[in-house]
Amino acid sequence: MRSDSRVQLNNVSYSYEEQASPALSGVSAVIQPGEFVAVLGHNGSGKSTLAKLLNALYIPTEGNVVVCGYNTREEKLVWEIRRRAGMIFQNPDNQIVATVVKEDVAFGLENLGVPTEEMIPRIESALSAVRMSACADKAPHMLSGGQKQRVAIAGILAMEPSVIIADEATAMLDPSGRKEVLETIRSLNRQKGITVVWITHFMEEAALADRVLVVTDGVIRLSGTPAEVFDRVDEMREMHLDVPHMTALAGELREAGMPLRPGILTVEELAEEVENLCPLK
Amino acid sequence: MPIEVSHLTHCYSEGSALRTVALDDVSFRIEDGEFVGIIGHTGSGKSTLVQHLNGLLKPTSGQVFIDGEDLNGEHVNRRALRQRIGLVFQYPEYQLFEETVAKDIAFGPKNQGLSADDIKERVRYAMDCVHLDYDKYAERSPFELSGGQMRRVAIAGVLAMRPSVLILDEPTAGLDPRGRDKILTMLEELHGREHVTILMVSHSMDDMARLATRLVVMSEGKIVAEGTPRDIFSREDMMTSIGLDVPDAARLCACLRAKGYDLPADLFRPEELKEQLLRLWKEGSAC
Repeated sequence: MRSDSRVQLNNVSYSYEEQASPALSGVSAVIQPGEFVAVLGHNGSGKSTLAKLLNALYIPTEGNVVVCGYNTREEKLVWEIRRRAGMIFQNPDNQIVATVVKEDVAFGLENLGVPTEEMIPRIESALSAVRMSACADKAPHMLSGGQKQRVAIAGILAMEPSVIIADEATAMLDPSGRKEVLETIRSLNRQKGITVVWITHFMEEAALADRVLVVTDGVIRLSGTPAEVFDRVDEMREMHLDVPHMTALAGELREAGMPLRPGILTVEELAEEVENLCPLK
Repeated sequence: MPIEVSHLTHCYSEGSALRTVALDDVSFRIEDGEFVGIIGHTGSGKSTLVQHLNGLLKPTSGQVFIDGEDLNGEHVNRRALRQRIGLVFQYPEYQLFEETVAKDIAFGPKNQGLSADDIKERVRYAMDCVHLDYDKYAERSPFELSGGQMRRVAIAGVLAMRPSVLILDEPTAGLDPRGRDKILTMLEELHGREHVTILMVSHSMDDMARLATRLVVMSEGKIVAEGTPRDIFSREDMMTSIGLDVPDAARLCACLRAKGYDLPADLFRPEELKEQLLRLWKEGSAC
């Protein structure tokens, strides 16, 4: 594996053939190895286009995307790139190909021509990392949505990627499925140092990221820690995006004169700040 | 047109080894003009329940009464009853199929045998309800629209039948915040202005906090609690024990009360909490 597992976008534009205005225009960004970056933006903002550029599903109309040192323009490197930058999609039912869980996880490895004796431990360790070992011999259609997404993640993990890109991977899941998928990805990020690009509509998920990028009208409008980005409540709302409820409430309280610290994202943080400002007698 | 569910039990795969009890002796009533929210974990029986309300599923035992008539009774005009209850499935946009938005929405009224003029009037009414401009969208292909717009076309197709009761299964799932807000605003208007009785299944406690007049909480095929959102959301322990969350404002309220702050137990809206927190702060800074 190359030591440089950065993801770089240099002045990237992308236009769909049938559309007049570009989906992305002149986007530059660097995602550092091991970073967990959330990408927010409403439908049509260009965030899914961005995701698809990151593992060479799309090639930029202008500019360059460089993943782990490989430029996505170089056609013969496509498989190298996709092995290093795996992608999870929204619909759990659209990305399972086999009739048995462990065979589904094997799919990518088979395509890479990994020998069977090496495949078996890789599949086992991938399933164990997403806590799905007990389901290895089950039929995917018997699994819940969250479990299916975790199988999809295992399929990527088996290829030992440096980067995982998730395009609204939790949008079709219920709250517990969302939690289980997000926790899985978070621990892979922390324990294995896998870089994560997490595209989502759920601001409570974005609040857990190291950094948030806000994409709108094909450009990156905001970039910063969740606290920095969400504190710009008015700007976010103007882009039709949510902010965490507690951030919004803190904003209103501040406006009414209460001197709360900036960057409040969670119930616990706001409760603590209330304790500081209104000590119990 | 009240709906009454009486001792409803439903088993899938009855008589096989895979037999599962999805609904277990469920009874409740929906009055005219209510906005009832059904909440519960995946697999708690919510979707099975709503599919009984317009006769898509038949009870293993128990009854469903629509306006006093047993939906599964022998001499009942089931078709007439079902037409008054509109059911919007999960991801209803997958069911769009026509060439134009207007044709898709007209499908139901056309099958009802209405005249061309009446059909057109229904299509206009339904598009108006879902905030899609007739002149702009009627002749467009539904497949060129955004996900949120497609979903509104699908809902319009149900509204064109002019149902008295509208049942929606996860109407905001998978939409972005803007798409979600449009659906919620539309439901608010249907309930307030058109007096449609609404029954909504959702995982979003925030959507429920905003819209529902009453909540029904399901777990493992049974109704475990019923009450106003204020009542239900103040019972954080009960909700957590069955794997459900309460809105953040209710959690903050419970968290501060546990620390000893003097707050009413049943706050669940951010604006209520704002007022109370400002009061605490002013009282604190006064002394």
